Amino acid sequence: MNKELPEVVITPSRFRNPIGKYRLHRTNECTGCGQCVEICPYGVHVKIGRVLTKNHYRCIGPECPNACFEACPAGALSLKRNPTFDTMGDLRWTPDLLVSTWCMAETGDVPQGGLEYRIGDSNGGFDRLRLVFPRFHRTNSSPLNEEVDLGIELNRRDNSSHRIRIEVPFYGAGMSYGSVSITTMLSRVRAATALSTFSCTGEGGYPDQLKPYDDHVITQVATGLFGVREETIKRVRIVEFKYAQGAKPGLGGHLLGDKVTPAVARMREAVVGYPLFSPFPFHSVYSVEDHKKHVDWIKAINPNALISVKVSTPTDVDMVAIGSYYAGAHIIHLDGSYGGTGAAPDIAKKNIAMPIEYAIPIVHKFLMEEGVRDKITVIASGGIRTPHDVAKIIALGADGVCTGTAELVALECIRCHNCESGRGCARGIATTDSELMKLIDIDWGTQRIINLFIAWRKELIRILKRLGMKSIRELVGKTDCLVHLDYMNK
Amino acid sequence: MIKTERVFMPAKYMIHTQIVPNRFRPLTKSGIIAWWEGCLGCRVCVKRQCVYGVYRNRDLDVRQMIDSMDNQCMNCLRCVQGCPRELIHKSINPEYEALGDSHWTPDIIAQLWNQAETGKIPVSGAGYSGPFSGPGFDSMWTDMSEIVRPTRDGIHGREYISTGIDLGGTPKHLAFTDSGDLESEPPSLVDMPLPIILRVPPFGSLSDNTIKGWAMGARELGTFLALPNEIIKGELLAFKKNLIPIISPCHPLLHDALEGVRLVEVPWGEKWKEITQKIKEAHPSVLISYRTPLVRGVEEKVLSIVNSGVSIIYLEGTSSGRVTDDNSIFIKDGIRQTHLALVDNGMRDEITILAGGGLAMAEHAAKSIICGADGVFIDFPILIALECRMCRRCTKGLPCPVEIDRAEASWVASRVTNLIGAWHNQLLEVMSAMGIRDVRRLRGETGRAMFYEDLDRSTFGSLGTLREGYELE
Repeated sequence: MNKELPEVVITPSRFRNPIGKYRLHRTNECTGCGQCVEICPYGVHVKIGRVLTKNHYRCIGPECPNACFEACPAGALSLKRNPTFDTMGDLRWTPDLLVSTWCMAETGDVPQGGLEYRIGDSNGGFDRLRLVFPRFHRTNSSPLNEEVDLGIELNRRDNSSHRIRIEVPFYGAGMSYGSVSITTMLSRVRAATALSTFSCTGEGGYPDQLKPYDDHVITQVATGLFGVREETIKRVRIVEFKYAQGAKPGLGGHLLGDKVTPAVARMREAVVGYPLFSPFPFHSVYSVEDHKKHVDWIKAINPNALISVKVSTPTDVDMVAIGSYYAGAHIIHLDGSYGGTGAAPDIAKKNIAMPIEYAIPIVHKFLMEEGVRDKITVIASGGIRTPHDVAKIIALGADGVCTGTAELVALECIRCHNCESGRGCARGIATTDSELMKLIDIDWGTQRIINLFIAWRKELIRILKRLGMKSIRELVGKTDCLVHLDYMNK
Repeated sequence: MIKTERVFMPAKYMIHTQIVPNRFRPLTKSGIIAWWEGCLGCRVCVKRQCVYGVYRNRDLDVRQMIDSMDNQCMNCLRCVQGCPRELIHKSINPEYEALGDSHWTPDIIAQLWNQAETGKIPVSGAGYSGPFSGPGFDSMWTDMSEIVRPTRDGIHGREYISTGIDLGGTPKHLAFTDSGDLESEPPSLVDMPLPIILRVPPFGSLSDNTIKGWAMGARELGTFLALPNEIIKGELLAFKKNLIPIISPCHPLLHDALEGVRLVEVPWGEKWKEITQKIKEAHPSVLISYRTPLVRGVEEKVLSIVNSGVSIIYLEGTSSGRVTDDNSIFIKDGIRQTHLALVDNGMRDEITILAGGGLAMAEHAAKSIICGADGVFIDFPILIALECRMCRRCTKGLPCPVEIDRAEASWVASRVTNLIGAWHNQLLEVMSAMGIRDVRRLRGETGRAMFYEDLDRSTFGSLGTLREGYELE
């Protein structure tokens, strides 16, 4: 790595009572002997004069090797599942995944036990795919941590544009100013800068506060053209065209009136309090040739910029990908149908377009057959929740991924699905309400996302080492590193 | 001289919706558990900081013994995470989880209530939260268009997308006389502005007002309500243009109810010819739809029915969306096979296929049409729109917990109009994304859909081998 990795700084929840899977009940039988404090490896109990169960959320439950609830001489401790835990999340982001992502954002490492941090419960795609590892590990041939390279080159087609290498195989997906707060945006872009990768502005304009991080910003040109100016195109090294978004494929964007605050309206050059529609599609693009005209337009303004084309996953996604390549794209960014969003019709999120797990193998194979696979960077998004999802989608044929929801979860999103209503997110993440925004401190947010990504990085290195690989590049398209449980020979 | 004629675009079909409040508080997925014991009485209590004012606006509905907190709570968990004594928790509501059954799930029921109340498309933040795929209609995805094909912007009204369909068969060809006049009989068709027909469900705590409300809704929407012939009397006679009397061989024909209707339904069975003759003699202009259960291999039967000159068939599955003789086969597959068999035999346009049975969400209508139906019947959704909890107490003669039988007809009509308004908009969303401007063009467009069975096997089918010396993570 060219650049030093940022350090993990333990960054606990900003709420007084972090939510975990278990709770320990302490009765009045407690004598304050402090044995639980001594034996617990996770710091659940503390002794401040008397003994308190201060950090329920760190308890790993029944599988604990030093169970306080069994060892307590007075029998004062009992273990219960936290009822609130089960009200959170859903089949894709299970409560286990939420809490383990919070753990990574706090500690910079995967949970020590008691939580499933690799897969969700959707019962298909990533959640039925498993990585396979050689059974016998040849320890002497396995690379050192420092030798494992997770970086990828984003420009694989020409010398006239920027050569850009990101040091981790992921960057931040577009989230617009307006859909999320400036604090959330800054936390994301500062974390991306620290990890030598990128973060995308989305289509809501390019706030001046991002200026110090221009080299790590991707600016988006979407159908609403909100806040797109020559100046913003010139500021960045990568420009992304958003043709479609996985969560609402074939449909336009919609920022509800309540979220169009004076600041958002100024940034988007619109009127306060009125809903903003980003139409679908670009009414100037009905063919690959029209799309090329778009690319040429950006090239004329910023000749060295890399062009990323963000598309969704229709039946003919392979044609869209090859067309984008011939129109001059450096990056084809496929956003699968189960991706995140600030607001979208449920019918679209569930039914329209195909999941990313299908689209990537189709596109990878087709670009190989066409002989251009090594000339374009394929980025996957739409449902990448864990480092294991990253490894799986790369093994299916992507070069890297975009993260979105995972970063919001690091900021303690609980997926209540109310980003769009009223003043926006009550937890201060996806909101432009001046009061709610204050719930997040920029340094806290930045460090939480850095910690999460460092945890992902460590886990990816562990995976590559077990596969005996020295570079994430070796994993691209290696489907023999995967097994799908539904088709496994019995 | 060239004769010019001004051609008018048909008036745009719009469904006007408005908020129609629930009469009872809906059950919620989770509940707040907050107790006082140990409360410190903080000066700035987390309850006062609630963004949604849940605790401030709290009241108790004494009739139902439901606390309003749970209906207003948006699950941000800030109070749970903020209380210094950890006195507030949330918990799954077992009463919610017990709603309905495996097909009419609590989430589907709650979403139908919501659409009937607001008339709006369900919209939410964050990504999809459900399973990767599922049984029946959940095992298919619909297509979208980008770059290489245009989409249509129908939902915000900028482009006209037609959801109108015709009921009835069309001839294979037209014949003309030497002088150029039409020789063959023009086909007899009934057109309607949307491909969704209402149907009185098999059970429910129904009153005359309920039925009247549904009929009012059908008239408002320009669609039909299918209901037993023998109950059409009194006030209902005023809605005949929008009713489909269902004839039963066990009841005598109610000719009063048949006079002036456009469409009747007759069960396909031994007596079909006899009944048809009786109806045709008295009411020559009426179109007849023949109902037949959707069974395995129904396509063979449909081919023979078409050969006997029938122009509309209603294929009826079970109320859980399966074919009637095999619980493992879904109506989607029955519809697809029937459509394909008709296409293969060059007979598809001689017949209108209506499908029904267990359709519970707007996407089910769109997907039935993609699989090959021309239009669909919905039954339980129009009951759930009236707050039905699918508890089936009414089938045991017990009183309805939400007193559906006591609801005003106008309330019933508005709730159904809202529900169908939301469904219509969702159909437009699906068609917009595909770039299809006419629902008649959506029929049978399976090439613009993706099926789980095919896609999953072609993508992952080869990933089933665990090689020697390797292990799962």
